[in-house]
Amino acid sequence: MADEPVDPRIDSAAREGLTGTAHTSVYEPTREPEDVTVAPDHRPMDVQPKWRRDFAIDWPEDHFVSRRDFAKFLVLTSGAFVVGQGWIAAKSLVRRREAPPARARIASLAELPPGSAMMFAYPGANDPCLLIRMRDGRLVAYSQKCTHLSCAVIPEIERGILRCPCHEGIFELSTGRNLAGPPPRPLPAITLEVAGDDVFATGVVERTV
Amino acid sequence: MKPRRQLTRLQKSTVVYGVICFVLILVVLQLWLLTATLDSYLGGESGLVWPALGASAVCLLLNLGLLRYLRRL
Repeated sequence: MADEPVDPRIDSAAREGLTGTAHTSVYEPTREPEDVTVAPDHRPMDVQPKWRRDFAIDWPEDHFVSRRDFAKFLVLTSGAFVVGQGWIAAKSLVRRREAPPARARIASLAELPPGSAMMFAYPGANDPCLLIRMRDGRLVAYSQKCTHLSCAVIPEIERGILRCPCHEGIFELSTGRNLAGPPPRPLPAITLEVAGDDVFATGVVERTV
Repeated sequence: MKPRRQLTRLQKSTVVYGVICFVLILVVLQLWLLTATLDSYLGGESGLVWPALGASAVCLLLNLGLLRYLRRL
């Protein structure tokens, strides 16, 4: 009796009353129901067609894979944001090396009576700007592109504002500051110089507030 | 050598949800950084550009680390 090997099965005939004496490693580890993938024909997954292996049968596996793929997509988005930041940094380096815009004559005072406005292009031919002579004779000039989506702003000198008709953005006429609507920043200001009867543009001041 | 603990699929899914929450928070932070930097750049400021790039890159590295953890799960 003593020489016979002990049958480790818990339900073997010689082990009545000896439950728990065998090492736990002899037992099959308990598997949770969601861990078992059983195909409808009960054959193992290795011999199932590829389409059945690709599309998981049990929901936990399906959830795990789809959430992991979503996490991958988020990390890809994160990488795209870093690329965007790098692009802004590169543009910033390029802008730092650009020469300041040249001084350019834009009008004579005789062409611009108080309470009127005129258009000009500065610093490039595709940069529309507004030169405005206020009622008190003061001159101001701004880029005409709205800081929201670059629509052309319209001066309303009597009301003391510049209005963007696209989304009802409002800017203050005397300073170019954004007062209402979606524009996030003031209009870029054009610095002016008056020499005799001539008005010159000397630079562009971009502002955040 | 201590064997690695095998997680059930439900446990793995819970870990994935947690990781997704962290990654999502970092991605939203990066989006905020990008919009703030773009607004500042268009307003003529350049001082924010490089620190924001560094912060965004750190977020990406954290996200890559979390993704690596998920792949080894």
